[in-house]
Amino acid sequence: MTIDTKSPADPVDHTAQQEQVAGPSRSERLSALAQQHGALVTLIVAVVAASVGFDTFMTADNMENMAVSSAFLAVVALGMTFVIVTGGIDLSVGSLFALGGVLAAWGSQYGTAVALLLPLAVCGLIGLVNGLLIARARLAPFIVTLAAMLAARGILLSVTDEGSKTYLVDKDSFFATLGQGKVLGVGAPVWITVALFVAGAVVLRRTRFGQYVYAVGGNEDAAALMGAPVARTKIAVYTVSGLCAGLAGALNAAWLVSGVTILGSGMELEAISAVVIGGTLLTGGFGFISGSLVGVLLLKVIQNVINQIGSLDSAYQQVVSGAFLAVVVIAQTWLGRRRRVL
Amino acid sequence: MTDLALGRPAADRDRLLRLLQNYGVYLGVAVLLLVNIAFTPHFLSGENFRTQAVQVAPVLVVALGMALAIGSEGVDLSVGSVMALSTSLVSLYLGYGMWVALVVALLGGMVVGLANGSLIAFIGVQPIVATLALMVAGRGLALVLLPQLKNVRDPTMASLGSGDLLGVPYLVLIATALALLVAFVVRRTTFGRQLLAIGDSRPAALLAGLPVRRVLIVVYVVCGALAALAGVLATARLSASDPTSLGNLMELSAITAVVVGGTPLSGGRVRIGGTVAGAVLIQLLTATLIKHDLPPSWTQIAQAVVIVLAVYAARERGKR
Repeated sequence: MTIDTKSPADPVDHTAQQEQVAGPSRSERLSALAQQHGALVTLIVAVVAASVGFDTFMTADNMENMAVSSAFLAVVALGMTFVIVTGGIDLSVGSLFALGGVLAAWGSQYGTAVALLLPLAVCGLIGLVNGLLIARARLAPFIVTLAAMLAARGILLSVTDEGSKTYLVDKDSFFATLGQGKVLGVGAPVWITVALFVAGAVVLRRTRFGQYVYAVGGNEDAAALMGAPVARTKIAVYTVSGLCAGLAGALNAAWLVSGVTILGSGMELEAISAVVIGGTLLTGGFGFISGSLVGVLLLKVIQNVINQIGSLDSAYQQVVSGAFLAVVVIAQTWLGRRRRVL
Repeated sequence: MTDLALGRPAADRDRLLRLLQNYGVYLGVAVLLLVNIAFTPHFLSGENFRTQAVQVAPVLVVALGMALAIGSEGVDLSVGSVMALSTSLVSLYLGYGMWVALVVALLGGMVVGLANGSLIAFIGVQPIVATLALMVAGRGLALVLLPQLKNVRDPTMASLGSGDLLGVPYLVLIATALALLVAFVVRRTTFGRQLLAIGDSRPAALLAGLPVRRVLIVVYVVCGALAALAGVLATARLSASDPTSLGNLMELSAITAVVVGGTPLSGGRVRIGGTVAGAVLIQLLTATLIKHDLPPSWTQIAQAVVIVLAVYAARERGKR
């Protein structure tokens, strides 16, 4: 797939060069547009169809509920976007989400600062170890993070007496307000998520670190030759992903006012799906933060619609999500291949 | 960069590391056996060996397919879901007789494998992503077909699960026969050579005119069929179909068995003997920790450490 059999004198290559000088062709622009905004268009279509089809969809309660439940996945997907743009993958986020939630609920008895800092410290540390093993020891990201997923689940079980103990958050504490409070009628987790996404987008688009993330994902060797700190960038993105998953878990615990141990399984798949649906390439080097948010919303709207069709159970959500992921990946590969060939 | 400075001590260290990479798994199994013989009461009993062997069998069957996928520089994350799908299909079709149920389950696994293989071979999707989609969808499908646990009461299934031939359980016989078959295919057939060549370098295999797409499709179809068979074997052993939990984290165990056994994730080499030993090692490790009353959470952490150590030892030196 990756061989380049064209010689420099090849006429096809020649036209390609000419086109590059003249700017991207129309079909190139169209496929780039489809890649960037396909998810957004699909989301709008899905929302319109759902509000026409179900009276219960466009209600304030349903919207609020969807927004808050999207918020937690969105924070996880934010960290995942950084990882995937470097061409990596993080399968440990579901476990870290659950671990973060339990640690936050346990820590909340010592105050809000502990409830937030403890999960961030532990999950950030696990993310850091992931990054070190991937960047310094050069192990495959999916295997390292798969091991971390197992280990984090083990730590979680150890902390909760093999899963039998549930820690509760005091309903009147400030920490619970972080999850349950409302500002201007919208849940606090939604505001926190929006702020994190703005910060994430600025970091990825406007900072030197963001440039390094794209460079490492585009071509690692070239990035190293350019003087980008490849290993440090990779370590940073896995740490960010761990921090995001831990924070999302903590916020979720504040929302549920308890640390639920069984949460988060399969969340890594949801997060990866959301990022990929949002237009970020799994091969790395190309992607947007905003796309991941659209991807999360699209997944949640689909789940919501399936829930509204009362006769379909949650198993269908998995079938539809999986099929949707496959369709998006196929479309992406086609669009991406077209771009590379031209 | 540091590999450029190859002095003699470094060369010796490299040789030692390569030896460990290839045969470390046998050493690990031997150590665990000795530790258990010394410290675990009732370890040296026929009953115990039988239990352990029967538990290894389904993992090994899945790992054999995984070894082929990894040998072709791919991976199959959908195997756990395929086991769930297969156990649902078995329950649904058992009314028509066990052989019908078996064939339907295998066909189900092969269809999933065909879908995986097509995405990988024709569309060029990365194996992790292609099989991720069916990992999500497969378990959902299994639960749509069979929403909850169902007991399986079929005399043929029961005898498959608990019967034996001359004292060797059927499950162990089947797994051993399949291991020998897969080892033969990898070492002695054209298909096996083509598979390894593709895993070594897909561009080179394409240039050499090998039927890359066909081989990749066959690899994932076989992987799906083996996972489905493992689902049937596990169903027979448990006398129940449980699509919610059967095959959970199986992709992890199978990948571990293969990688611990000395097959590099970068493809181009398949070690079936090592894979068998790898599956045994995981089982012994779990059994040892449980027998000594260590909580299950420790088992998970221990398995994670073993995975990372094995992959670290097996990493391709100097490959970026």
